[in-house]
Amino acid sequence: MATKLIPKELAKKPDRLSPGHRLCAGCAAPIIVRQILAAIDEPVVVANATGCLEVATTIYPYTAWRVPWIHNAFENVAATIAGVETAYRSLVRQGKIPERDIKFIAFGGDGGTYDIGLQALSGALERGHQFLYVCYNNEAYMNTGIQRSGATPLGAHTTTSPAGSVIPGKQQMRKDLTAIVAAHDIPYVAQAAPSQWKDLMEKTRKAVNCGGPAFLNVLSSCNRGWRHETYETLELTQLAVDTCYWPLYEVENGVWRLTYKPKEKLPVEEWLKRQGRFRHLFRPENRHLIDELQAEVDRRWERLLALCGEK
Amino acid sequence: MSKYEALTGDQAVATAMRQINPDVVAAYPITPQTETVEFFAEYVANGEVTTDFICVESEHSAMSACVGASAAGARVMTATSANGLALMWEVVYIAASLRCPIVMSLVNRALSGPINIHCDHSDVMGMRDSGWIILFSENGQEAYDNIIQAVRIAEHPDVLLPVAVCQDGFITSHAMERVEVYDDADVKAFVGTYRPKWSILDVDNPKTYGPLDFYDYYYEHKRQQVEAMEHARRVILEVADEFNRKFRRNYGLFEAYRLDDADVAVVVTNSTAGTAKVVVDGLRAQGLKVGLLKPRVFRPFPAKELAQALRHLKAVAVMDRSIAFGSMNNAGPLFLELTAALAIHGVHIPVADYIFGLGGRDIKPSEVESVYRDMLRVAETGRVERLVTYLSVRE
Repeated sequence: MATKLIPKELAKKPDRLSPGHRLCAGCAAPIIVRQILAAIDEPVVVANATGCLEVATTIYPYTAWRVPWIHNAFENVAATIAGVETAYRSLVRQGKIPERDIKFIAFGGDGGTYDIGLQALSGALERGHQFLYVCYNNEAYMNTGIQRSGATPLGAHTTTSPAGSVIPGKQQMRKDLTAIVAAHDIPYVAQAAPSQWKDLMEKTRKAVNCGGPAFLNVLSSCNRGWRHETYETLELTQLAVDTCYWPLYEVENGVWRLTYKPKEKLPVEEWLKRQGRFRHLFRPENRHLIDELQAEVDRRWERLLALCGEK
Repeated sequence: MSKYEALTGDQAVATAMRQINPDVVAAYPITPQTETVEFFAEYVANGEVTTDFICVESEHSAMSACVGASAAGARVMTATSANGLALMWEVVYIAASLRCPIVMSLVNRALSGPINIHCDHSDVMGMRDSGWIILFSENGQEAYDNIIQAVRIAEHPDVLLPVAVCQDGFITSHAMERVEVYDDADVKAFVGTYRPKWSILDVDNPKTYGPLDFYDYYYEHKRQQVEAMEHARRVILEVADEFNRKFRRNYGLFEAYRLDDADVAVVVTNSTAGTAKVVVDGLRAQGLKVGLLKPRVFRPFPAKELAQALRHLKAVAVMDRSIAFGSMNNAGPLFLELTAALAIHGVHIPVADYIFGLGGRDIKPSEVESVYRDMLRVAETGRVERLVTYLSVRE
């Protein structure tokens, strides 16, 4: 009987990521990890790409992980977990170890997933390994000091796309990785946010029980990179959802479905203005970038509604 | 009962892999290693092995998956060449530092650029300081034998290091030779069952693998790798000893061919040693006292033993199938290391380096003979006129 997704029941489960890790106050990543691991009742084995989560949860001789955990390198977490999962299947099939319903989970940031790890991810998805890949997406290389990634939105200030006097932040739109992963036709793909914890946990359960590769793209605010107060973390991921900048949806066996529809779709400006990384966009000469970003959000939202049969 | 088969070097390796029957193989095809992967894929497809074969999308992922599978307690193998190894690079080091006993067949091929698919040793020489044990093989038989021994060396509890087994691309990987293939059961008995002490699949006893490791411990972990490499010196010989007795072979750290009473010798690895043996026999027939030293174990480098074996000579030529660009006199890696070993161990004899065979350039017996004749002159004069010679290059 699976643990009910209600706080009273979930609070009884021991934490699989212990307190005392070194992630920043206000970081969404450990919230996401806890929600995902709490959603799973079965044993798990975790692989972690190089990034904030990896460096801040393990500094030898310490570890915050109460589950088996492996870090290999930055761009290869999908290949690493593929090796672990294959070894498990091989050893079980040969009768060398007993069968357990182990769930294999890979965590990578947007740098390790959208950019440098995309090839390994694509390969592992295509080969059909039974694992859940979680991208905790804070929209830049936060671990190394806020450099732009393929997930960084248009106009955002990062240390490699600085808001200068001539070039006002990142010049390109972010790529739609969730759709790219969905194009692999794997059994389960979803977008989620930690502010909608129940939605994320339900998606996690579907993902680890889908019988094949699964992918979750989870928006993970970083107060250092996004420039907001530490207590605003979940509020800001929710604003991203309510502006339809970060829609919550799933693609289950090829069927697209919206899992949350804001009652009122807020202008993206409501999300932008709360973050220091977009401050320069509110100068008169840069307002057009907000309009461009809004147009892009609208275009992608309309496309998503169509894919989800909402219009 | 063993039997003799006509096998290419790649096929000999694949045969060893079939008999070893590893739990996981993760590999990506690259010339001239491809045949091994193809043969092995057939064994998997026909149920001749119980291995799970991960046909990855790149060599980087091949080595990454090998590390994951090895951490899970599986017996793991892979195969690659040249640029494939270069793409693995980052994870090659990680595999050694995570103490993953992975066995790799490395079919030596020239590294790009310019792009070239033929043999030289620029690929393996790049990994020489990566923490892997490295064995050389003269022919398909040795590649086969070394692969079998590599499993035992890698998995020894005092070692737990990955092993690369080299052979020459095309020259032996694609040449069909007579190979003594041992009985499946004998090979299985020899390699035994891998019993890892730890596994990431032990969910009841969770362990953290590959944590961040800073200035307060990283250094000690590197030191432990040195310890493991030192243990490997003993273990390689123990495994060879058992192998030799069981399969009637004569493996050690190196092969000395007509070396004992020689005045001059050539030191050369892999297939060219075979060519050199023919030359040695020819020159011996003319009454010339020449010999050969063929290193088998390159990592850990048997400096003392090599110095001892060469101590009595009047002149030594090293033949290097790669260049250490910008090093002393732009010599080859084997020369640099061997001359250091001779100096440290008080062996002061004339030594010269001959770079040869880059990008698969054919090496003829007449060229090897010219090296011996040079050395015979050096033995007389006691003087090396040219420290590094690029053999038969158009200048």
